[in-house]
Amino acid sequence: MPTLNLSGAIRLLVLLAVFLAGVWSQSSGVIDDFLFYVPDIKYLAVQHLWLTAMSGGLAILVAIPLGIWLSRPSMARIAESMMQILNVGTTIPTLAVLALSMSFLGIGTVPAVFGLFIATLLPIARNTYTGLKGVDPALKEAAAGIGMSPAQRLLRVELPNALYVIFAGIRTALAINIGTVPLAFLIGAGGLGELIFTGIALYDTVMMLAGAIPTALLAIAVDMLIAITAFLVVPRGVNPGRS
Amino acid sequence: MIRLDNLTKVFDTPKGAVTAADHISMEVPSGEICILLGPSGCGKTTTLKMINRIIRPTSGKVFINGEDTTSLDTQDLRRNIGYVIQQIGLFPNMTIEENITVVPKLLGWDKARYRERAREMMHMIALEPDAFLKRYPSELSGGQQQRIGVARALAADPPVMLMDEPFGAIDPINRAVIQDEFLKMQQDLKKTIMFVSHDIDEAIKMGDRIAIFRAGKLVQYSEPDELLAAPKNDFVESFLGEDRALKRLNLVKVRDLASEEIGLVRPDDTLDTALQRIESYGYVNSIVMVNHKRQPVGIITAAVARTTQGHCRDHYQSVPVVVSLDDDLRKVASLMFAHDMTWVPCVDDDGRIVGQVTQRAITHHLGSRYRAHSKEDDGAALGEASPSSATKE
Repeated sequence: MPTLNLSGAIRLLVLLAVFLAGVWSQSSGVIDDFLFYVPDIKYLAVQHLWLTAMSGGLAILVAIPLGIWLSRPSMARIAESMMQILNVGTTIPTLAVLALSMSFLGIGTVPAVFGLFIATLLPIARNTYTGLKGVDPALKEAAAGIGMSPAQRLLRVELPNALYVIFAGIRTALAINIGTVPLAFLIGAGGLGELIFTGIALYDTVMMLAGAIPTALLAIAVDMLIAITAFLVVPRGVNPGRS
Repeated sequence: MIRLDNLTKVFDTPKGAVTAADHISMEVPSGEICILLGPSGCGKTTTLKMINRIIRPTSGKVFINGEDTTSLDTQDLRRNIGYVIQQIGLFPNMTIEENITVVPKLLGWDKARYRERAREMMHMIALEPDAFLKRYPSELSGGQQQRIGVARALAADPPVMLMDEPFGAIDPINRAVIQDEFLKMQQDLKKTIMFVSHDIDEAIKMGDRIAIFRAGKLVQYSEPDELLAAPKNDFVESFLGEDRALKRLNLVKVRDLASEEIGLVRPDDTLDTALQRIESYGYVNSIVMVNHKRQPVGIITAAVARTTQGHCRDHYQSVPVVVSLDDDLRKVASLMFAHDMTWVPCVDDDGRIVGQVTQRAITHHLGSRYRAHSKEDDGAALGEASPSSATKE
């Protein structure tokens, strides 16, 4: 019989702990309580994802062109100060942004999407700008020297080489976004925050978890999705994951 | 042909206007390599980059094959000029094949033609197409990357190439190999090339002409031998170094000054005969013994010939050194010093003795050029006459 080594023993302990947790949750009725919220979770998760998709999609559509525009040589003079303004924007807490957008857009989905959009915009614009600025000047000179037009330089050389950094920005931004969506409940936009905040208010642990656990899983799933997209989209020669 | 006509660049800096290139006029004949040489900040790179408008000239004109490029569209102009930079600048997001075919694609070649061209280029730079075309630049060594850089510049077969310290970032051993390969390619391709360097040895090796720059001005524009023999002023002289006479040895082939006259003995000759010939030809130490095909088989030393009786065939030693007609004098001089000889025999491709190179002949060759030029300079008006074609229109 093979002797048990240390990692084997730990694995065994973990399995045992999971099993005991299962036994406890079954006997205490937590699982049944949780299952009671499944229809709510389904409905709210869709709403949650929709808020993320709207605000995140809009942010990507606006932030990447903004980053590209600021990284052009003709913008060099004002680019850094523009970036500073965006940075100041990032330091405003998202809750404050939501409160501000509620105060002039009212309650509901529109102010929530707007607030989330603002919070998501900045990391993407920042990374697009830094990524493009960080492209080796020798590459840009080579591209210009062999006769590429400015548009060809951007599309064939600069963007492909900055893509990995841009994706890192999108990843951070969407992680922030999906984690902030629960706050949108506070201004009446729904989402999984509904379960979390109601759970807190009622001191109902199971209800709170029914909101918190799916939120966490969604964040992880979206993060993985973007990581996979980056892996597939970033050209092999400049993709640290595929070299 | 590349012709620069009063090309000038003035940079506006916070400290005031800086003239990086001051009325540069020069002409590079078709099929020749012109090296722009000088210390950093002398304007050589600025001058090069004004030709393809990476730097826009403040004034002056660039003519390529007689055509004024001022009216050409920047992109069109650049697509017809090969461009190689020191940092290589291969696009890391593209495969080797995509890198090489960038310019042909920009020019709208069809797919079959540019793919075929990529393979052709790989053969030209002696890299196996199947092994490399699908790889990415980061998977190649520095030397291989710069070969690809050269291939990319040559892919659309431009008549003119600009090279900005192309081999500067490569280790010395590989650099020499790539320089040799490039020169070999150039023999067939006959491109007109402007080549920036700060390495005088590279300039002498690669250049058909050398342009020396200082503080934005073209100081001297000559052929390498001319430049080394007759530096125009103290700056050029100090830039070339005090060993410039030795550097000239690189430029002269054995063929140029081998004399056919050489004392030989045959295996059947007696040692007495050998001694006589050593003395009559003025050889101090020894004489070469050849077989019936005139191939060197050994040497008879003077010491042996003086003290021993008999035939050469019984008393010879191995031949320390022979040189071929295409060796340069630098190698010859080095061998002479290493073997303590005042002459070396030279052989043709079949190993037959065709003559000899003597130390006297070498020093005479170097010295005669110097003497000729110092005389010329004395005759000319002091310091203003150009010893070569520099700055002539």
